[in-house]
Amino acid sequence: MSKRESFFMKYIDEYRSEALAQKVIGELRRIVTRPWVLMEVCGGQTHTIVKYGIDHLLPNEVELVHGPGCPVCVTSLEMIDKAHAIARRPDVIFCSFGDMLRVPGSAVDLLVLKSRGADVRVVYSPIDSLKIARANPGKKIVFFAIGFETTAPGNAMAVWQARQQGIKNFSVLVSHVLVPPAIASILQSPLNRVQGFLGPGHVCTVMGYREYEPIAERFNVPIVITGFEPLDILEGVLMTVRQLEAGKAQVQNQYPRVVKREGNRVAQELVNKVFDVCDRKWRGVGSIPKSGYKLRYEFRDHDAERLFEVEEIDTQEPSICISGLVLKGVKKPHDCPAFGKECKPEHPLGATMVSAEGACAAYYAYGRHLDLENRLAARRGVSVTPNEQ
Amino acid sequence: MNGEPRTVNLAACPLPLSDYHEIVLAHGSGGKLSQELFRKIVLPQFHNALLNPLHDGAIFPLNGSRIAFSTDSFVITPIFFPGGDIGKLAIYGTVNDLAMCGARPLYLSVSFILEEGMAIQDFHRVVSSMREAAAEAGVTLVTGDTKVVDRGKADKIFINTSGLGLVSPGVNIDPARAQPGDRIIVSGPIAVHGIAIMSVREGLEFETEIASDTAPLNGLVEAILSVTNDVHVLRDPTRGGLSSALNEIAQNAGVGVHLHEARIPISEDVKGACEILGLDPLYVANEGKLLVIASAVDTDRILSAIRAHELGRSAAVIGEITPDHPGIVTMKTRVGGTRVVDMLSGEQLPRIC
Repeated sequence: MSKRESFFMKYIDEYRSEALAQKVIGELRRIVTRPWVLMEVCGGQTHTIVKYGIDHLLPNEVELVHGPGCPVCVTSLEMIDKAHAIARRPDVIFCSFGDMLRVPGSAVDLLVLKSRGADVRVVYSPIDSLKIARANPGKKIVFFAIGFETTAPGNAMAVWQARQQGIKNFSVLVSHVLVPPAIASILQSPLNRVQGFLGPGHVCTVMGYREYEPIAERFNVPIVITGFEPLDILEGVLMTVRQLEAGKAQVQNQYPRVVKREGNRVAQELVNKVFDVCDRKWRGVGSIPKSGYKLRYEFRDHDAERLFEVEEIDTQEPSICISGLVLKGVKKPHDCPAFGKECKPEHPLGATMVSAEGACAAYYAYGRHLDLENRLAARRGVSVTPNEQ
Repeated sequence: MNGEPRTVNLAACPLPLSDYHEIVLAHGSGGKLSQELFRKIVLPQFHNALLNPLHDGAIFPLNGSRIAFSTDSFVITPIFFPGGDIGKLAIYGTVNDLAMCGARPLYLSVSFILEEGMAIQDFHRVVSSMREAAAEAGVTLVTGDTKVVDRGKADKIFINTSGLGLVSPGVNIDPARAQPGDRIIVSGPIAVHGIAIMSVREGLEFETEIASDTAPLNGLVEAILSVTNDVHVLRDPTRGGLSSALNEIAQNAGVGVHLHEARIPISEDVKGACEILGLDPLYVANEGKLLVIASAVDTDRILSAIRAHELGRSAAVIGEITPDHPGIVTMKTRVGGTRVVDMLSGEQLPRIC
């Protein structure tokens, strides 16, 4: 092992220390006086919370609600159907981030299309799909450009390079979404329960956090830009609860080792050169004004939606689904008449059943683990049942 | 109420289990879909006492001896990778399946399916490697077959091996024998093979020197059985990794499994690779590691025996069998939380979020 590597892992391990975690939790217990509902915005944060069982460590007063920050789950059904229409074509090599492959559209998922002969490839970076484009001049290479502001610079770079280098057989299907309008949309709901946010650390690495300041002020909510290691999450919760207990509503940065207030200017400039802000449909939530990116007009030759004429595809979400309310923390999954009936992980009607991290999928899986959960809950001195209203 | 229950499949962000109408790659991943496919399609047709437990191999009496019989097919890209190749995997895979029955592997068969156009030199290299592997494992290859298919109908070379081994009297390895109070030992750092393969796979360009851990485990098993006959379960956690193996055991034996994340050995470079690739090492394949489940009273002796063997220097007790939550694997996480370690529903796909 090289010195560099050992340094790298040491850096990570410090953010996973049980002793430090206990310290933060102790402090949290000391200061909390009443129940608070916090939302972690990012799917990555949800992932850490689940992976390390952090929700089981928190005092009972602190309730964490999943945010809409899993780009895979909020990608609209319509956009997935468009992706499938393109991927089906024999002249196309369809490139995607891995976890998009099993997200069902109206009919199938990309894995099934692959088994039927579609050329679907997992890439780690959009730049990799540019390489595939260069190596396959007789094919049309399409990259599924999804994600929040975090993945936007990389996707913008791929389009930029394609134009600079004259790679004509490369295009992107853009379904970018933006965090601040989603947070505002949650807070505008009259049924909103969320009182504080763990803000999206990676998104703010790119964008900075200035745009969160007016939201905190307008809606009187604390927003703590938070990282992704267990101790980041715990500290983010502590900082948010501290503000709530003190009646404050500020934007704070728990993640200063990565996030600066201004963000990454170079990345922002590139994003602005390639993308324009647009209205965007979110799976399960519906259309949110100015909540997405689309390609600027001058990059239309790399716009897969235009090139493959899939613009007219207009899939409606099932109307029975209440995942928008679940995402906002207003309703619980079992409040939905379709829950566990028409809507199951293998046939999801909405975003929250699509992702294994989504609240509905979690509740569905929970049925199987109910005994265990009750035991764990008993240890914490609370009782949980899935039918509790 | 303190947060929602989040007992979900971690390795998979948006991965619903699907009722597929065609075979997808995930059916071969060793996770839930593989298991379902076999249980729903194959088992009902062949249902018998030896097949039903779905163990790594079948054990049956023959003229006063107990014979273990196992088969495995090998398809891998690339066929040569750091630390091994498809030939070594094919020998060690069946040797290890037999060893996991508590058997001494003796005789192997081999079948090659070759793709038209494969370089003879590559085929020679694979076969030479198999000879070395067989010699190292102390098994004899006694019968074989070769077929060739049109170019594009296979990926260079597919290999099937089957094998026979002899189970010593008094040895009774069976996943159903895992019982509350038993301890779980792993023979060394996990997730090495899967990361080694990913590091060289086309398109990933992940620069690392991680070499596959592929190795014959029969020597290690002999060392274990020399200190006690009373090993309850042996398992090599290959496809689907540690989590799939332990979930299968938990379901099979109707017991719970509880792990301690901090005790699970994992090398710094594999851990780093998993961080970067967004993979959970509990779901990443191993090819030269084994799990032992045995009574607490035997744990120290077994652990010493494993550590004395060159393949088991960093063996560790990583958890225990519990009467709580039968069929479910839980883990105390590094920061002191508890989570459910579910079985992989399909392929572990790199996460974006």
